Amino acid sequence: MTCLHLLLTLVFAVSLGTPVEIQRPRGVPLTKKQFYEESKPFTCLDGSRTIPFDRVNDDYCDCKDGSDEPGTAACPNGSFHCTNAGYRPMFIPSSRINDGICDCCDTTDEYNSGAKCENTCKELGRKEREVLQKMAEITKEGFLLKQQLIEEAKKGQQEKQSKVTDMQENKKQLDEKVEALRTVKETAEQPEKEAKERHLKAWEEQKAAIRLEKDKAKMAETFLELDDNADGFVSVSELQSHAELDPDADGTLTEIEAQGLMGGAEQVDTSTFESVWPKIKDKYHSEVSREEADISCLEPAPVETPPDEVKEPVVDNDSEPYPEDDISEEEDEDDEDEDDYHEDDDKVSAQPTIKTPEKTHEDEEAMPPYDADTQALIDAAQKARDDFEEAEKALREMDDQIRNIEKELSFDFGPDAEFTYLYSQCYELTTSEYIYRLCPFNRVSQKPKYGGSETNLGTWGSWSGPENNKYLLMKYEQGTGCWQGPNRSTTVKLTCGKETVVTSTSEPSRCEYLMEFTTPAVCQEPANIDPSPHDHVEL
Amino acid sequence: MHKDALHGKWEHRDIHNIYGLYVQMATAEGQIQRSGGVERPFVLTRAFFAGSQRYGAVWTGDNAAEWDHLKISIPMCLSLGLVGVSFCGADVGGFFKNPSTELLVRWYQTGAYQPFFRAHAHLDTTRREPWLFGPENTALIREVIRQRYALLPYWYQLFYQAHKTGMPVMRPLWVDYPKDTATFTIDDEFLIGSDLLVHPVTEEGSRGVTAYLPGAEEVWYDVHTFQKHNGAQNLYIPVTLSSIPVFQRGGSIIPRKDRVRRSSTCMENDPYTLYVALSPKKFAEGELYIDDGHSFNYDTKKEFIHRSLTFANNALTSSNLCPDCNFLTSSWIEKVLILGASKPSKVLLKMDGKETPVDFEFDTSMSVLTLRKPGMNAGADWTLKCLMKESFVNIPVGPSYTTALISLRFIPFLRVTLKALKM
Repeated sequence: MTCLHLLLTLVFAVSLGTPVEIQRPRGVPLTKKQFYEESKPFTCLDGSRTIPFDRVNDDYCDCKDGSDEPGTAACPNGSFHCTNAGYRPMFIPSSRINDGICDCCDTTDEYNSGAKCENTCKELGRKEREVLQKMAEITKEGFLLKQQLIEEAKKGQQEKQSKVTDMQENKKQLDEKVEALRTVKETAEQPEKEAKERHLKAWEEQKAAIRLEKDKAKMAETFLELDDNADGFVSVSELQSHAELDPDADGTLTEIEAQGLMGGAEQVDTSTFESVWPKIKDKYHSEVSREEADISCLEPAPVETPPDEVKEPVVDNDSEPYPEDDISEEEDEDDEDEDDYHEDDDKVSAQPTIKTPEKTHEDEEAMPPYDADTQALIDAAQKARDDFEEAEKALREMDDQIRNIEKELSFDFGPDAEFTYLYSQCYELTTSEYIYRLCPFNRVSQKPKYGGSETNLGTWGSWSGPENNKYLLMKYEQGTGCWQGPNRSTTVKLTCGKETVVTSTSEPSRCEYLMEFTTPAVCQEPANIDPSPHDHVEL
Repeated sequence: MHKDALHGKWEHRDIHNIYGLYVQMATAEGQIQRSGGVERPFVLTRAFFAGSQRYGAVWTGDNAAEWDHLKISIPMCLSLGLVGVSFCGADVGGFFKNPSTELLVRWYQTGAYQPFFRAHAHLDTTRREPWLFGPENTALIREVIRQRYALLPYWYQLFYQAHKTGMPVMRPLWVDYPKDTATFTIDDEFLIGSDLLVHPVTEEGSRGVTAYLPGAEEVWYDVHTFQKHNGAQNLYIPVTLSSIPVFQRGGSIIPRKDRVRRSSTCMENDPYTLYVALSPKKFAEGELYIDDGHSFNYDTKKEFIHRSLTFANNALTSSNLCPDCNFLTSSWIEKVLILGASKPSKVLLKMDGKETPVDFEFDTSMSVLTLRKPGMNAGADWTLKCLMKESFVNIPVGPSYTTALISLRFIPFLRVTLKALKM
């Protein structure tokens, strides 16, 4: 009987041209209508009990699963279906029925609450169709762009691959060249070293000879000075006049001590004086002038010391008047020297003074230049060294380049390498306060708009999208640390768009940033959507 | 604070917090004036003084996400309730630092059973919205929030009492059981009104709690399982993360709005479920208070409903405590649960001189009688009568016993006859 009624209703409705509403209890979707037959008792959909049909939607919860009250709020876990003709049908929790808030656009959820709801389904449907259409357009164009990107990426990939192989070839050659030059260098350096040593030795000998000469002259001078009575002999008494020669430092030079210095003799002549001279020459103070022997010791040593013999300049506390906490004992001994120095000379010397023992204060002579042969060897060795260093540098550069390209090749640019074009680009977004900069596969940073330093919001970590498509999210991590908080990190969400641009930046949780980024590289193949406004009624 | 900081003869430290009271008072009065004297304000304050309860709610200030701070929220609010400040609570989850998931869930469970229930945290803490901890924990938190919302009619009527009499809403056990010395040191358990006993789990990794059920003559019903327990005992309760030990006192009637809603405003016209917990003497009483929830009309125009609910002699009656009040509600009674009941043969609703039968179900194992959809308006006068079978108790009897009984009935007749016969 009911079937006939239904058929008649259908025919009637169809002839009137109205959309057909199949009779069913409030809130029951068409797919479940068969469980709600009016003429029979109702069995809860979880099978827990059976109740008379008049207890369906009677505003009392009888079934544990809420299936007897789809259209009222009586059960805590019920589900209400709104048809929303003109838009999309929806399920809402039954607890939202008659609560005073309009949840379904067709107002069917507020039928007994006094709330005034308006049917907005048509409007919502229209808006959604617009949005879908736009999205479809963008997806289509974006997808085409993506194809281009994939093409270019493929080409670029091949180029880079071959480049790397070439470079590795070159590197091998460079390697060999470097090794060859190294051998040349070492071969040249050997004779150079020998020649230099010879020269130096000669110079040392020369210096020694000069020193000897000087010493001899000094000795003669001293003899003349000591010989007060000019009798060609230096006597004990004449020697005694120089108390500074006192060997035991008791202030007086006794006859015995003086005799000891003279080797037991009463007097010496110039030749025998030669044996006395070594014993007194260190302490002897000339009568002529009190040489500022101290100062000459502190003058900077001759500049032309061979490079491989540079003495460590002791940087003393020249700029401080009295060195207080000096570590080396040496300097303590020289304290007095320094005091004298500063008393006599107010100028503070900026140069580090070289404390060398007194032996060099007499020789102010420079080492003579190398002879022609030695110089030639030196030049040859230097050239070999220069060539070698140049080659080595070139090798290092080649290495770096190879590494860079290999690094670039190692990134995961997507299943079709569609993200390759992002690699060396940076994209900026300016907000009211900051300029955010995203350099994909590299880093994210933030810089204040009106001056200030850059803050690192994270360096490239990995793709971190959901399992079905990890290329929807990028993670940048280990940025600048936050006070008592995590190191800053950024998640970049990628959506399909025609342009490649950062659309927003936010900080949903402390020091954890979220950037929204559109790029054609994530556009999917557009499906054939038929944006039909009408719900097909199933019969 | 120095004792010589004086205002006239008043030591400053005695009146220091009056400033806080004045600030809250001024804010509340400003809000009232703004609505033309019609709308009740809500003002939350951290500084308060004696009398602040007239102006709004208070909270315990900047606590931290630590188990000790969760534990101490109970004695803090109990103390404040005793001095008149009932509307008290602590920041759920702790203000400083980040709570572990277990701590957050337990804090929601404890806070939902305290008068002022709010989750709050320092700006620099990690996010702790209740849906960020996985579906199981979201479900646990959702469940306890639903429990609180269902009890809002009870909370509301207790606040009406506090407003009228000053009795604390959340009170220590000894307030209702002053002769029971075992209650004197309890500060991990409390009463809401006289009828709800709460012992929330506040220990990390707890596997069980021991709750003291006071009153030698009382019985206490577990509100989740309806299991009955005798009073004056330390009851060990095994717990899981979902457990919140709450008991209803035998002899009380608590109205609940069990329908799930998104906000209390949405609950305005929802029906009530009455939970009648019978005392050992099969007696229970409770109240129902309803007003519009936002205006002063309850005071200026007596627009409220105040009813007394009594269960005695197998009948539940609703009588009007304020006959000259006038307030109408569309809320009705959708269910009555009687705990500790016996099975009736019939249940009748007596209202407006008419009697209608009411469907019911009886759970023998827990002795719970459920009356299905009596349907009367919450503001009406009504009685629900449970008709018990008048006759013999259902003892299975043998023929000899029946014969003996029958013969007993005849003895008086026999005596009269014998007398008549002068035997």
